[in-house]
Amino acid sequence: MTISELRKKFLSGEYTPKEAVADAKSVIAEKDKNIHAYLDVFDDAEKMAEEATSRYQEGGENIPPLCGVPLAIKNNILIEGKRATAASKILDNYVATYDATVIKRLRDAGAIFVGSTNLDEFAMGSSTENSAYGPTKNPIDPSRVPGGSSGGSAAAVAMGSVPAALGTDTGGSIRQPASYCGLVGLKPTYGAVSRYGLMAMGSSLDQAGTLTNSVEDAETLFKVISGRDPHDMTTIGPDTYGAVATKETYTFGVPRAFLGQGVDADVMERFEAHLDQLRADGHKIVDIELPLFEAGLAAYYIVMPAEVSSNLARYDGIRYGVRKEGENLLETYLNSRADGFGAEAKRRILLGTYVLSSGYFDAYYGKAEALRSKMRDELNAVFTQVDLVVTPTAPTPAFKLGEKSDPLAMYREDIFTVPVNLTGVPAISLPMGEVDREGISLPTGVQYIAPHGGEARLFDIGRKIYDAKRYNNG
Amino acid sequence: MTKEEILHLGTLSRMRLSDAEAEKLKGEIDSILDYIGQVNELVDDGHLEKKVGLVHNVFRDDEVTNEPGSYSGALTAAFPEREGNYLKVKKILNPDS
Repeated sequence: MTISELRKKFLSGEYTPKEAVADAKSVIAEKDKNIHAYLDVFDDAEKMAEEATSRYQEGGENIPPLCGVPLAIKNNILIEGKRATAASKILDNYVATYDATVIKRLRDAGAIFVGSTNLDEFAMGSSTENSAYGPTKNPIDPSRVPGGSSGGSAAAVAMGSVPAALGTDTGGSIRQPASYCGLVGLKPTYGAVSRYGLMAMGSSLDQAGTLTNSVEDAETLFKVISGRDPHDMTTIGPDTYGAVATKETYTFGVPRAFLGQGVDADVMERFEAHLDQLRADGHKIVDIELPLFEAGLAAYYIVMPAEVSSNLARYDGIRYGVRKEGENLLETYLNSRADGFGAEAKRRILLGTYVLSSGYFDAYYGKAEALRSKMRDELNAVFTQVDLVVTPTAPTPAFKLGEKSDPLAMYREDIFTVPVNLTGVPAISLPMGEVDREGISLPTGVQYIAPHGGEARLFDIGRKIYDAKRYNNG
Repeated sequence: MTKEEILHLGTLSRMRLSDAEAEKLKGEIDSILDYIGQVNELVDDGHLEKKVGLVHNVFRDDEVTNEPGSYSGALTAAFPEREGNYLKVKKILNPDS
């Protein structure tokens, strides 16, 4: 099911928003006990669906583009009056007091929110196993993870409850779950989409984006949620970066040395087959060097925890959230945060506190930021030779729940996605064909990376290849 | 990294850590620090300057953009403990110390 198909049916009257929401709810009732994509399911969706159904019945022009479309929203994005937990115990009782800008824009476009989705606590993880409310399972193989941190959003779409969901992506948290669940995942240019009302994790890296069943839907949603916002001064306009042209055929850059890093053999085969298909369609494939990208993950695990330790300082049980009283104020802080945060949040807060501490600041944070700046230069230079950079989205298909207990092993799943956040460029993950694991076909993903502001190019090439099913059957 | 250092980082970041947690974190943080240390080899000390691209400070006029009081009810309702419209917290100054 796609948004564009729904829209056609709503307009023709063959299907109504009321039916769509009822169907979404029955899929959730049937499947979510096992999958656990949702943290909360909203009971006001039916009322919104009724209004949307009337809107179509009235007919006429100017029915908003997402009128009556049911969506699921990652639970680190604020929806007024709804619980916003970020899958953390410390916010278990927190109810959002305002709509995030992305929510307001979706609401204005007529979308209906059917529920909030599970995530790794404060979006920190690559499997959705770090949720305080228990993991989400991959609908394709429930013994495996859906990826993370937007695993609930990916599973909500993959299990067929909604045509699309919002996620957030700080180091791959939209693209990697899209890859594991066989979806289209878009991480926009940093600043393209407002972060107002998103719970900050790594403020210089975070972007909201979409998980969809088609490239066209990703574009439809992106047009609605993107644009300048007076509430987020880092948002960009259409002219901030120069126009990134669309073309008949593109030149793709493949960072060969970078891809040597632990990609499963059959994922690599799918990737080579994908490149062959691109060549066959008249695109040009060239090898490129991105030596600093190989160190991207190391820089990321300095910059991100540093920002995490600052951003999560606000959760202290004083003004909102869960408070665990102690003898005095300091004890109250110590207790609330000890009880409220899970293991991964604690690990990153400590790491961030360490790399920002006096004496280590220059050696870690200073150097990581300098490296990041050099990475941006390196990538900009590459974009003078090629139109797009292409990599697998993740080195493996979905792994088993509990398989990666070593934090560093988990972090490595994001090796190809984090450089994109560090440099602020947009990227999209598209299905790249399937690989077999224990007799089950699991999806893999290909990542296309465009220059800053190049979403239109991603949608263009995405449409060209996504509609051509031969790219996916491999 | 010693266990004491981990516990100290915990205090700095206002998180109580159990001995068992600190012990486990010690090994994990050590291996992560070992991994991220590679940035040191890629950027020498003479090249710490960075360009921040198009990111720069953006200012707006210091104006109130919402109706006064429009969020007060919802925000005070979120207080973990309250007395009337006051947020209740533990004493900060202890007369005994």
